[in-house]
Amino acid sequence: MAEIDNKITQLCPQAQVDTTGEFPLVTVPDAQWHDLARALKTQLHYDVLSAVVGMDWTDAYGCVYYLTNTSTHELLHVKVTCADRENPRLHSVVDLWPVANFQEREVYDFYGIVFVGHPDMRRMFLRNDWVGYPLRKDYDPASNPLRLEDETGEDYTCRWVEDENGKVTKVDGKVFEDDEYVINVGPQHPSTHGVMRYRASLDGEIIKKVDVVSGYIHRGIEKMCESLTYPQMLLYTERMDYMAAHINRHCMCMCVEKALGLEVPRRAELIRLMMDELMRLSSHLLSYGCLTMDQGATTAFFYGFRERELIYDIFDRTCGARMSMSYSTIGGVVADVHEDFIKDVRHACDVIEKNLKEYHKLFTGNVIAVNRMTGVGILTKEDAIAYDITGPSGRARMDRYMVRMKEMEQCIKILRQACDKLEAEGIQGEYCAPKVPKVMKLPAGHWYQQVEASRGAFGVYIESDGNTKPVRVHFQSPCFNLIGVVDLTCKDNMIADLITITASLDFVIPDIDR
Amino acid sequence: MEVKIKSMKHEDFKDNEYIDNLVEQLRAGGTNIIVGKLDQLMNWGVSNSLWPLCFGTSCCAIEFMCLGAARYDMARFGFEVARNSPRQADYIMCQGTINYRMAPALKRLYEQMAEPKYVIACGSCTVSGGPFKNSYCVVKGVDEIIPVDVYLPGCPPRPEAFFYALMQLQRKIKVQKYFGGVNRKEKLEGIKYAPEEAK
Repeated sequence: MAEIDNKITQLCPQAQVDTTGEFPLVTVPDAQWHDLARALKTQLHYDVLSAVVGMDWTDAYGCVYYLTNTSTHELLHVKVTCADRENPRLHSVVDLWPVANFQEREVYDFYGIVFVGHPDMRRMFLRNDWVGYPLRKDYDPASNPLRLEDETGEDYTCRWVEDENGKVTKVDGKVFEDDEYVINVGPQHPSTHGVMRYRASLDGEIIKKVDVVSGYIHRGIEKMCESLTYPQMLLYTERMDYMAAHINRHCMCMCVEKALGLEVPRRAELIRLMMDELMRLSSHLLSYGCLTMDQGATTAFFYGFRERELIYDIFDRTCGARMSMSYSTIGGVVADVHEDFIKDVRHACDVIEKNLKEYHKLFTGNVIAVNRMTGVGILTKEDAIAYDITGPSGRARMDRYMVRMKEMEQCIKILRQACDKLEAEGIQGEYCAPKVPKVMKLPAGHWYQQVEASRGAFGVYIESDGNTKPVRVHFQSPCFNLIGVVDLTCKDNMIADLITITASLDFVIPDIDR
Repeated sequence: MEVKIKSMKHEDFKDNEYIDNLVEQLRAGGTNIIVGKLDQLMNWGVSNSLWPLCFGTSCCAIEFMCLGAARYDMARFGFEVARNSPRQADYIMCQGTINYRMAPALKRLYEQMAEPKYVIACGSCTVSGGPFKNSYCVVKGVDEIIPVDVYLPGCPPRPEAFFYALMQLQRKIKVQKYFGGVNRKEKLEGIKYAPEEAK
């Protein structure tokens, strides 16, 4: 800890390092931020930018950057503020971490902070004609009634450029050139897996550029969380990535438990783990079904769903719902498992294990599947780190598919081990911590928890001022980073591959838009 | 008169008053026997081959996919052929939250569908805004922008509930009049954001 303290003050004397919290917190003025960021990346090997969280501290706007060192797995967060509330501006770090492209656009959309040097400063989730910035504390919801006319001006973009004297000017630009041939896919399209929209510029059948238009299911979860207590907030975590509902909720619970210093009983941890793995199985089966259906193999879709019903039955019996289970709670789980739980899980494991072989026989070796999936939509290791792509997606397309199949096999192994352990614990036991406070007040500070959800690393960031409600909640969703590489992976491929590449990336749209 | 559909008995439905009222209104008008028979034939056909539009924005869409898959198999009722184009669809099942950016697109999709067309508001979000009612950019119920025939609450509803809603829609279609005075008009009075000229 002290080491990092010294290293950073050496790199940048203006930076203040606070090592009292969970992770070292560096506070740096905006003028020195870009230089420090470069040094952090090149000299201290913080090569992954996990999240850019916009903030409104009522006296100033700013951002908190979450950096990860991939060799030592250390986390660092950097706080950069801009005191000017009229024209908030920060320096962009897109040139260092390409993942910042969409992250900074999101911050601009929510807080109106302009990033100097960002190549494409457009809104991300909200309509182009949106008035004001919704996550600012002084935002008035009445300023934006429902408008039913179409959006205009979506072809135009702008960027802010700084000259040598530090003068910042706005430069207008266009998303596509005038003579480009652009086709629109979505938002209502069966193959976009939800309400996603792409605008692809074509040269013959070859894609030159894809512009991802997101926000068709943006629901403002982060803003709503600011007016809810911690147990109430759990509800929304399941409705973002509904294919990783248990896992997301688990992550949020872990974050709050960590802040409160609550210890979860071992039995509850086991049950949570089993639910997470079942959810991952269910998610990968869906992903298998959709990927195959998008390549024309409709039957395979039915096979995937047949097995998913087994998992749904387990959820139904124990949690009382097929989807949106609301099972984990702060301190444990809401109720003990059903008496047949272990038997059901073992049965599901046996069935799925047997059928996985059938899937391989039906689809994996198929000549069409192999030809369409091999060597297309490649994402190199360097790109995956630069764009912070986690989970099964940071590969070429065939590999993404295979990794999911292999992950399913691992899930089954984990589930079987957990079954043995749960059986040894007995049918009933302590499933929730005995002393969970009725009124939850998180100690003031930053809290961050990351888990491996079915599509990659899911993170919850909470900033608390010691009250029952948070100051800011940010969800770092794996799918949000995935749309950042759509352009990269689809470029120079055929337009028909756009659908299958995005299907293999396997994103859940509400998780992107939040 | 009972409104009969094949899959479920009349008395098993929980809200028969409204359908009885509809039948009474129909009776009061008086129907020519030939036109009446033609209507029956037409309604039999429409109600047993309802084709949905693929339109899912979030969680409810996954349950709808389960409905299409092997265990629930909505093909048994004639609901199965999910169309990707609104021009080929009979009903639109709004699955998932509609926000301010999506609202114009949903309205356009509805307008692009050919008559007769029906809407099922599926899930809490489309019924009233659901858990996202307090959000700054969520439409508080799709009935603010398009007319709704059947409301289906749940977050998300179970597949059985989907079937119940679809059967209710079938019953509603069974008392519809195409010939000799149409009884189903565009009900735009209740729509908050209906265009001025249409009112």
